[in-house]
Amino acid sequence: MTQSRPAKRYSVFALAREAMSYHMNWPEAWRSPAPKPRYDVVIVGAGGHGLATAYYLGKNYGITNVAVIEKGWLGGGNTGRNTTIIRSNYLQDPSAAIYEKARSLFEDLSQDLNYNVMFSPRGLLMLAQTHHEVRGYRRTVYANNLQGVSTEWIEPAKVKELVPIINLNGPRYPVLGALYQARGGTARHDAVAWGYARACSAMGMDIIQQTEVTGISTEGGKVTGISTTRGDIACGKLGLVVAGHSSVVADMAGFRLPIESLALQALVSEPIKPCMDVVVMANTVHGYMSQSDKGEMVIGGGTDGFNNYTQRGSFHHVEETVRALIETFPMISRLKMLRQWGGIVDMTGDRSPILSKTPVDGIFVNCGWGTGGFKAIPGSGWAMAELMATGASPLTEEFSMYRFREGKFIDESVAAGVAH
Amino acid sequence: MLTLECPYCGVKAEETELAAGGEAHLKRFGPGSSDADFDGYMFMRKNPKGVHFERWRHVYGCGKWFLAARDTATLEVFGTYPAQTSEPPAELQAKIKAKRPTWEGYK
Repeated sequence: MTQSRPAKRYSVFALAREAMSYHMNWPEAWRSPAPKPRYDVVIVGAGGHGLATAYYLGKNYGITNVAVIEKGWLGGGNTGRNTTIIRSNYLQDPSAAIYEKARSLFEDLSQDLNYNVMFSPRGLLMLAQTHHEVRGYRRTVYANNLQGVSTEWIEPAKVKELVPIINLNGPRYPVLGALYQARGGTARHDAVAWGYARACSAMGMDIIQQTEVTGISTEGGKVTGISTTRGDIACGKLGLVVAGHSSVVADMAGFRLPIESLALQALVSEPIKPCMDVVVMANTVHGYMSQSDKGEMVIGGGTDGFNNYTQRGSFHHVEETVRALIETFPMISRLKMLRQWGGIVDMTGDRSPILSKTPVDGIFVNCGWGTGGFKAIPGSGWAMAELMATGASPLTEEFSMYRFREGKFIDESVAAGVAH
Repeated sequence: MLTLECPYCGVKAEETELAAGGEAHLKRFGPGSSDADFDGYMFMRKNPKGVHFERWRHVYGCGKWFLAARDTATLEVFGTYPAQTSEPPAELQAKIKAKRPTWEGYK
């Protein structure tokens, strides 16, 4: 087990020391090396999932001759574009296992990485606004309790107590109760990527940004390396962790994935005083909202219906989401929106991810997180590292890319009914 | 905003008037086919970054299904055509090839 630490730990003493030189001499958080000709493991994609995979390969299995290759900049894809929600209130057992693993790793991630990821277990509500939803969420509560995931069903009065700004008696969709996960919440999305990157770099791993993978070479059905815009790199094992571009990279390796790439949008308002200290998701009307530490209301909505790689979404989805949220939270009706953006999400047919071996020996994929990947980053990395290091992981067993052929879907269309 | 011309009623419809239906020209495999063929038809998708042939339905118009050729990386629409065809019309393919010389072609 490698337990190497960043050369200079972040601490109150470090803060005092660096204050002596007016904070002009902080060391860089991670190195930007030139690629070496060969690595034991190459991970494509330096988002949260890719960096977490590299981190746990080093931490849990002592594999540190690792490169993480990134086309753009670190954490600039969906890791920097999501609404930072963390929860594990899924229905099926395999989902509960991996999402709860992730949520529990978030609890001491700041200490583990020596980097403040601002994990805030502020509580999360999924509103039930139809009788079907009431039944569905009550079922989820029972399932979660059997899975060891702490969630509860709460009545409208308790919802109002937790969220004073909510309008319970909407004209079309009154709030009939909610699925409440008190241990859910948010974290700082960029910090999760930065913290993992810094820890990986400290273990001697190379994070190579601004380098696009242009080809994958195989020999006798086994991976031998990749071609990039900065030359060829040989590798023993290859992990593809590229979210929306999974199909493009899989195509280079000569296989297809059961994935379609769609645009998903989010937006934030101007900052206002603290008014809501939980995360609220409203799946029937299709919107969800939380308040960031800066005071902005962070809002997310639905995906477009058509394949898209442009990181731009259609305006009418933003309009639908905002219209629904104004009914639910009348006080936000005069808020101005500051920013709106889109990310490319990789959707599978059953709305569950793929962590799997592939038809090419030595290539592993971690994709298909669709609209809800951020919350899973630590658990996904943990499981993917185990899969890549040992060839099998109890957490990834059910998430094989071959489950569709075998009819073993992990149907999470209810838990993931709203993009988040 | 995405605008497609319905090849049946000739209306230039914007996307709120339409419903996307995923990849076009799938070869269907039913009972009796191999697991790999059925898996390929049912679940596996090309999902290309670039030229994509796809199904659309003019939901709030004539209600009919039609097909479109579109670039998923730029949202440029190359053309639309009726659904009663097993592959894209030759002139449309030529038009795409002229605009995207590196396109590997339909298939």
